[in-house]
Amino acid sequence: MSINSPEAAAGPFSRRRFISAVGGAAAAAALAACGSNTGRNGSSSATSAEAGGATTSSAGSSSAGSGAGTTTFATDAVPSTPSSAEQGTVTLSQWYHQYGEAGTQQAVQRYAAAYKAATVKVQWNPGDYEKKAASALLTDSGPDVFEWGNGPSIDQIQAGQVVPLGDILGAAKSDFTQSLVDRMTYQGKLYGVPQVIDMQMMVYRKSMLAKANVKPPETLDELIAAAKTLSNGDVKGLFLGNDGGGGVAAGPLLWSVGADYLTADNQFGFGDPNVAVAFGKLHSLFTSGNLLLGAPSDWSAPDAFTQGLTAMQWTGLWTFPDIVKAVGDDFGVLPWPKFSATVGKPAVPIGAYGSAVSAKSKNPDAAKAYVKWLWVDQTQDQLDFAQSFGFHVPARKSLADKADKLKSGQAAQAVDILQKYGHAQSPLLWTSASGTALSDAVSNIVKSGANPAGELSKVKTVVQAELNRVLK
Amino acid sequence: MATPVQDERITGRVSGTLGRRLAGPQNRNLWFWVFVGPFVVGLAIFVYIPMIWSVYLSFFDARNTVTPSRFVGFANYHDMLTDPAFLSSLGTFIVFACFIVPTTYIGALGLALLIHRARVFKAFFRSVFFLPTACSYVVASLIWKMSVFQGLRFGLLNTVLRFLGIAPVPWLSISHPPWYWLVIVTLRLWLQLGFYMILFLAGLQRIPVILYEAAAVDGAKPGWQTFRYITFPQLRSTSVAVLILLLINAFQSFDEFYNLLANAGASGGGGYPPYARPPLVYLYYIALGNQQDFGHGGAGAVILALVIALFTVVQGKLLGLGRNSEQ
Repeated sequence: MSINSPEAAAGPFSRRRFISAVGGAAAAAALAACGSNTGRNGSSSATSAEAGGATTSSAGSSSAGSGAGTTTFATDAVPSTPSSAEQGTVTLSQWYHQYGEAGTQQAVQRYAAAYKAATVKVQWNPGDYEKKAASALLTDSGPDVFEWGNGPSIDQIQAGQVVPLGDILGAAKSDFTQSLVDRMTYQGKLYGVPQVIDMQMMVYRKSMLAKANVKPPETLDELIAAAKTLSNGDVKGLFLGNDGGGGVAAGPLLWSVGADYLTADNQFGFGDPNVAVAFGKLHSLFTSGNLLLGAPSDWSAPDAFTQGLTAMQWTGLWTFPDIVKAVGDDFGVLPWPKFSATVGKPAVPIGAYGSAVSAKSKNPDAAKAYVKWLWVDQTQDQLDFAQSFGFHVPARKSLADKADKLKSGQAAQAVDILQKYGHAQSPLLWTSASGTALSDAVSNIVKSGANPAGELSKVKTVVQAELNRVLK
Repeated sequence: MATPVQDERITGRVSGTLGRRLAGPQNRNLWFWVFVGPFVVGLAIFVYIPMIWSVYLSFFDARNTVTPSRFVGFANYHDMLTDPAFLSSLGTFIVFACFIVPTTYIGALGLALLIHRARVFKAFFRSVFFLPTACSYVVASLIWKMSVFQGLRFGLLNTVLRFLGIAPVPWLSISHPPWYWLVIVTLRLWLQLGFYMILFLAGLQRIPVILYEAAAVDGAKPGWQTFRYITFPQLRSTSVAVLILLLINAFQSFDEFYNLLANAGASGGGGYPPYARPPLVYLYYIALGNQQDFGHGGAGAVILALVIALFTVVQGKLLGLGRNSEQ
């Protein structure tokens, strides 16, 4: 193979040179991209891109840019992070799930921007927040501060994914709603600070009930009868979610017969035969054709109610501003009705997102200080967060008294129901495996007409196994 | 390694330094790695390491951690194989596969035969039926859920039913009758029929015309007889490939189930009904959901992989995968 012609030599050679240069550059870029994922600061852009539309916004001092500009060399940037922490320019990342009400995202960014001791990046997570956050907590690039429904789960606590917050509540401890603080405490250590109280309850259109001559239902049978009377062609009587109540009604239904998920001493809590009877009634309601099913938005949004698709709906206090905007004063509030005239009590679930600190945080003390600042000290922000967007009840009693928007009309009635009939959403030792077992059973009973007692005994087996696992 | 030495002798080059020898004659080894290397690295990082890691995790008590320390042997496998929900998810898959595999097979073959015989607009029909393949399962699920099979009177199908005087059906909310299967199966048919149709069309074009001429001379009637004795046997290797692909795809089904049937759940955490829950969806909730139980999730994934492998091997043996269709 002799190459005499200079043109022939130059041709393939330069092409090869070109390809090798391009290939090399591409390989280098690929490696650099992989490498950058390990970096804390630099990876934030990559993380948000993977997260499918999650928005990371940086608030605060100029030090936020220190990592962002050096994405390719993030591996070099990592060692420098602790040193910059010593200089008081700590960067913390805080994760929220997507609150549906307009303005909430801007509000939490505003609160974070006002914090001076560290730069706080707020990441707003649309979509399935729990799954995304749970995966992120396994890595170094997860949040420092994050919110979790009813505080960190027992598995997160036992796996050491979250740090105990110590005496973060300080003198304000007695001011926080005791049941929520208890719910976020495990073996005497506090793992989350309650942000605001979320409450669920039933709303009904006063005019529709009046027209059909139905009084607000007070027992389960009355509720089923009311749903029947109120169903009228295109308007259904009741909306309990597109799964027919399997998800949201289970808890209230347990409490309404006097049972609970777990007993006070952490045993299986719903052996009461009335529970099976009540679930059986839910099945008859499901098959009656009086329940709204297949609505475009689920129970947590007010749309089915405000669009007049249903006369009664199970929803949350947070939807009140939207409901008032749509129907004005033409609605009333109710708890989940008691089992019968003689048995049980009305009930509503209350829960609170708890602000927690990840054990993988590089600056756990700074993160704790930030949680204390925002959710304990900044009472004005807490009040704003509770009532300026969707309605929530402040987790501190002294603030709840100041929440003017919760003092009148239906919101005041809801708060009254909360105080009389509120139950913490689910106990700490009620694991998500137990939850899945219950919701499977309820779905089988309600939708498919399975034998309630048989299905509930299957749940008991799972719950018992889960309790044995987590009771250490 | 005799070949490179030989090559070098032919080209007359003398091997020099170690780096020079590693690069191979004409830098072949070097170029091999330049082109293959990035993909090997990508495959290793995103496919092989996670696979091996999940097998490793399946032997540990790995809750909320991917670096577990408590070895539990086969306990996770035992739990999964005795978990009624996991077993019922395998049952769900079998129901789904029994329906979707033959339906798609017959539908795709029928479409291919029709288009193959079309005299005009052949390219047009081919494109029209192939187009849905380009649509994502997630987008298609949303269209199916929000518009075609919307549960209220505003849905497309319910509007038609209303016109006929039938009350609206909440397709995805009820389990008796199981209308959700209609939604799931029609969605998958719409998306994948066109792709398999193209495979069959390619197969049809490979059948030599001589065979049909010879058959006609021998007195075979056009239509069923020709199809039964010429076309269908000639399509055997295509059919085998299509059936195996369909089965594996059915096993991997996740997107449409998850997007059609997952609901808001009790506290916003998300729920999924116990029916129509295929294995991947169930494992997703165990490992990646709020449970974060990677041990059981890994064990379930290994079991599922073994089941898929078993099905494929058995099917391959029965249908004669890899055998030449001319033999």
